[in-house]
Amino acid sequence: MTPLQGYLLLSALLFAIGLAGALTRRNAIIVLIGIELMLNAANLNFIAFWRYNPNPEASTGPLFVLFSLGVAASEAAVGLALVIAVYRHYRTTSVDKMDTLKG
Amino acid sequence: MTLSFLFLSILIISGAITAMTLRNLVHCALALTLTFAGLAGIYLELNAQFIGFAQILIYIGAVAILLVFAILLTRGSEPPTQSAFSGSWVWGVAVAVVVFGVIASVIFSSRVLPGMAPQISRPSVRQIGDALMTRFVLPLEVLGLLLTAALIGGVIIALRDKTELETSQSSDITTQPSSHSQRP
Repeated sequence: MTPLQGYLLLSALLFAIGLAGALTRRNAIIVLIGIELMLNAANLNFIAFWRYNPNPEASTGPLFVLFSLGVAASEAAVGLALVIAVYRHYRTTSVDKMDTLKG
Repeated sequence: MTLSFLFLSILIISGAITAMTLRNLVHCALALTLTFAGLAGIYLELNAQFIGFAQILIYIGAVAILLVFAILLTRGSEPPTQSAFSGSWVWGVAVAVVVFGVIASVIFSSRVLPGMAPQISRPSVRQIGDALMTRFVLPLEVLGLLLTAALIGGVIIALRDKTELETSQSSDITTQPSSHSQRP
């Protein structure tokens, strides 16, 4: 196993754990945490591929991850604000109980 | 496969599994910071110093604090009365296992992955700053706009409605001690 495969496997495992958490947990905040884990797995892939590229351009990998970090931070802020707004309305953060639109 | 990589990956994976399985949400957030710290170490190991420290600053510094605030504002620190996992958790775990299997099989069967790391000079913060100010100046401005919009949008979404505030205040006056305890 080459080192790059190790990093990619770690990233895939992190993605799978985040996906499992986002799909199975009831609390909306934990679902957001799972999404954050998946975004972090993608960032790890960016950095690993940039590092092991045979002819790397100066700093494209870190710059891409920098923009990805910014998008992830704004996603977390808006997502948590939405969770707080929903909690104020329903008095719960359980995604199973937010079923008003359910037919 | 160095020792530091093994140590950091064990830290990352155990932190992530702990964050996804614990019932107490504050403990989940703390375990998540462990994962973020491990990832920052991996970035430092991969010659991306700037991203490693940005990870510490943004994720451990900002996102984790934001998560803890959201958990406390929604009374998530109290242990849930029912199970923390949804009823169909078997399917969720099965989907995640299948996704991991597909990605892992692709990683092991790929023939285009480069084997060894080339000797590259680590990009200095000065180079990254130069690139941000010349070639990537437009994406940087767009990112600034996005962050501003997210800031204002987050505040507006989380702001209390005026009508809701009045009704909750009047209900506070009428049912003083346990007004927040339950509302259908």
